[in-house]
Amino acid sequence: MSGEQDDNATRRQAIHAQIDENLKRVYDLAAAEELPDRFKDLLAQLKARDGAAKGDKEKGGEGS
Amino acid sequence: MTTAAPADPRERLPDAIPRLRAFAISLARDVTQADDLVQDTILKAWSNMDKFDPASNLDAWLFTILRNTFYSSLRKTRREVQDSDGFFAATLSERPAHDARLALKDFQRAFDQLSPEHREVLVLIGASGFSCEEAAGMMGVAVGTVKSRASRARRRLTELLHLDEGEDLFSGTDGATRAVVLRPSSAAR
Repeated sequence: MSGEQDDNATRRQAIHAQIDENLKRVYDLAAAEELPDRFKDLLAQLKARDGAAKGDKEKGGEGS
Repeated sequence: MTTAAPADPRERLPDAIPRLRAFAISLARDVTQADDLVQDTILKAWSNMDKFDPASNLDAWLFTILRNTFYSSLRKTRREVQDSDGFFAATLSERPAHDARLALKDFQRAFDQLSPEHREVLVLIGASGFSCEEAAGMMGVAVGTVKSRASRARRRLTELLHLDEGEDLFSGTDGATRAVVLRPSSAAR
């Protein structure tokens, strides 16, 4: 009886480990995807806007 | 831990985007919606950067903005869930067929069937490496809730994968096939 329970606990742990391993694989796979250019462009725009805002400080309010 | 990081957290955004996007995809299950979420998150993070404590975890802060954006748009639009053969299954279908790939696809299909809350807690704790305490802070719930939700999510996933019936979906995975699965661009010819 208790041997069976041990088996179940071991099995649950194994399943748990398999799930986590696959979660990591799925996540790493998505994180390894090549990024669309829109994010690089967006960051460049934001940086440029900040740079311009620093240039003439009191003129803010143009940003969306 | 963050001593080597640039002083301005804005400079650390590019490095965080791939992980942020992976989290977004796991929540939205649709790459277009995920990219919109990431874009909104970058915009919000950029304009609220003065509220970020540079000593704290930038990923956790960004993930929190993203998940809050996701849930508020979910509430607003009450949009029907996307078809369950979401992004992960779609991208993987291009890869060469072998057992490990099929198993991963089965896993992704099952994962996509979970509720957003279950997907979220599993990715935060199981994949992104956040502690239950960190996840609790990000999700705005008690640590105990995180733990019980994660355990329910794992149980549900186990049912969906029929692992409780004694199958071993992942036995065919060895280091070499995993390397293939994880490096689609270098494996593609």
